[in-house]
Amino acid sequence: MDLTYDADSERFRGELRDFILRHRDLAPKSQGVMGGRATREMLDWQKLLLERGYAARSIPRKYGGHGATPNLIEAIILGEEFARSGVSSGVSGPGVDMLVPTLLEHGSEEQKLRFVGPTLRGELSWCQGYSEPGSGSDLASLQTSGTSDGSDLIVNGQKVWTSSAHLADMMFALVRTEANTKRHVGISYVLIPMDSAGVEVHPLRTMTGASEFNQVYLSDVRVPQTNIVGQRGEGWQIAHTTLKHERQVAGNPTELEATLRSLITLMENETRNGVRAIDQSALRERLLDLQARVLSLKCHAMRLLTCDLRGESPGVAGLVVKLQACELMHQMAALALDAMGDLGILYHGSKYERAEGTWQSEYMTWIGFIIAGGTAQIQKNIIAERGLRLPREPRPEAGG
Amino acid sequence: MDFGLSDEQRLLQNTFSSYLTEQVPISRARAISEAMPPDVTALWRDLANLGASGVLIPQEYGGAGLTLLDAALIAQTLGQAVVPSPYLAAAVMAPTSFLEAGSPEQKHEWLPKIASGDIRMGVAATETYSIRENASVHLESGRLRGKALMALDATEAHALLVAAGSSDLLLVSPDAPGLHISPLIAVDRTRTLSEIVFDGVKPADSLGGPRGAGSAIERMLDAGRVILAAETVGACDAMLEQAVSYASQRRQFGRVIGSFQAVKHMCAEMAAELEPARSLFWYAAHAFDERLTDSPLTIAHAKTHISEAGVFIARTATEVHGGVGFTDEQNLHIWFKRIGVNRHLLGSPDVLRERAAKLQGWATCSTP
Repeated sequence: MDLTYDADSERFRGELRDFILRHRDLAPKSQGVMGGRATREMLDWQKLLLERGYAARSIPRKYGGHGATPNLIEAIILGEEFARSGVSSGVSGPGVDMLVPTLLEHGSEEQKLRFVGPTLRGELSWCQGYSEPGSGSDLASLQTSGTSDGSDLIVNGQKVWTSSAHLADMMFALVRTEANTKRHVGISYVLIPMDSAGVEVHPLRTMTGASEFNQVYLSDVRVPQTNIVGQRGEGWQIAHTTLKHERQVAGNPTELEATLRSLITLMENETRNGVRAIDQSALRERLLDLQARVLSLKCHAMRLLTCDLRGESPGVAGLVVKLQACELMHQMAALALDAMGDLGILYHGSKYERAEGTWQSEYMTWIGFIIAGGTAQIQKNIIAERGLRLPREPRPEAGG
Repeated sequence: MDFGLSDEQRLLQNTFSSYLTEQVPISRARAISEAMPPDVTALWRDLANLGASGVLIPQEYGGAGLTLLDAALIAQTLGQAVVPSPYLAAAVMAPTSFLEAGSPEQKHEWLPKIASGDIRMGVAATETYSIRENASVHLESGRLRGKALMALDATEAHALLVAAGSSDLLLVSPDAPGLHISPLIAVDRTRTLSEIVFDGVKPADSLGGPRGAGSAIERMLDAGRVILAAETVGACDAMLEQAVSYASQRRQFGRVIGSFQAVKHMCAEMAAELEPARSLFWYAAHAFDERLTDSPLTIAHAKTHISEAGVFIARTATEVHGGVGFTDEQNLHIWFKRIGVNRHLLGSPDVLRERAAKLQGWATCSTP
């Protein structure tokens, strides 16, 4: 066990800190809508990060990256330093975080050359077309179809929970392209331009009041078959790469620690009858419990990182992060609301509203994350079946 | 950057696991702990030969000179097999005190005998963090007066380490005139606890010299807390393993019960609590070894959090077994009780949360 970093890593961290300190005024103030079209400010910032190798660091140069040798420690340091400084780490969202790694692993040379660079630069934004009204947790039952017509696919169906579809240029979607197939077999991973004829986007307003999600209707949408990623009919395995990347995004210990720090600051400042929230024992006990959990998940992340560095399988330990981290984020927001007490219910810019309603919004948003990308219950099935080798739920033969 | 066990550490753990699996099945652990009084001499001799008693003691004094993380990995195997042994006091807390506050002469005199397993020390320090039943030990004109509760491994000990107030740490002979040891019977019989009454007892020696031993007492308690946390993780490993194995075999409604989501999710929840808890005790031990500035806070959090995970896993694993889990014969309750008792030794969760709050400058109630 050795938690120190070697000299090269420390030098990298030092240069990065120096860079952030010198250039932080150029960074956009907020990350912007996930997957939304990047602002001019963001495009310029991303350009600078790409030049310096602080974005897309290990992606080959011919695809628009910096071309450094993949280095997990450097990737961790990048995440830590941007989070610590509160400075934008550049363009994020489903394109950079999910599609790019998937294309690099499974895409054709033509697809990589055409899509990766513009996505990294923030010029091309993406949405994810997986879930359907009838296919949520049971994603493999999806019905959106693609039939061959010469060199094209004709796509018909409906997608839901499509974040930022109204702002996206492209969608990476799961489409059943092989006739008379069931479940995981016969699905293809298809890249669909959102300005194609027959694509209709309807906003889906969520409980937070925001409309970042959409329903997308696909009616006789014509897509060239060269937009299929990997082998036709083998999209399920490819989608698993994407889901894996999504789950990694959800368990970031730096974000847990940053939220904990905000929560502590809040509890040191909010008072009732002149007593700070942090000095009220019932609230403080909850804070201490959550603080221990954050510490525990931080240590756990270091353990999983070490498994990656050593090329060892973490086993069941690698399957619990999404479940625990999302729940913990939700619990921290719940405690923040209770620490604010009756003033915590104020929202929509009300007088006495705290932190612009952020905690109310987080409290609801994290319910969303507990459900998204595989619900807590699906996560528990995965832990039990893949991690503990318990038998799968028997599936009725007639099921579709 | 490497947050994982070394090959040597895995080998150490396997050595103990293999020995315990072969030599200390649950029937033997029960037989030893249910005897009155329990006789751990033969078992402790074997564990000492494997290196348990000298794990923390430097090689110059006949030990292995390993770290608290190594000691905690051994503790995990002892918890997994619910082994009755004086490991906590004799192999961890006593050596830590000597290493922190012993003079060269004291180390030279005691450490080799502790390392070989010839001398077992008991520890009485509960009153430094929790006073119940008017217990407390104080030093008056060189004599010890008062009483100590929940003294660890004192009944069979060859010598006792006694904390008086928060800064005196004394070496006392169990045969000293005026000293009375009486066993306290805990729900977990694998652990030996006692009440010690001091009626003007003359200590044989003291640790820490004129500056006292306040920080040594703190380090001794923190080392013990890490060991208890590691033991609890080991006991949880055993309970989860038994629950999963039972759920994979037991059939009801024409299916193995582990195929029902209600049961499957109980197992998943246990694993989801246990794995990060394991990472946390590794870090707590490492923080102790490296004397990181946040080590007292980390250890308070680790002992508390792992105690909470422990009771959750103890009850959930029992429930997975249904009625059988409630029987004496199934033996699950031996682990259940060990986890329940570990939770309260060297600081219950409320005591340690209080400590964690105090370490961060947040208002707290009074402490002794």
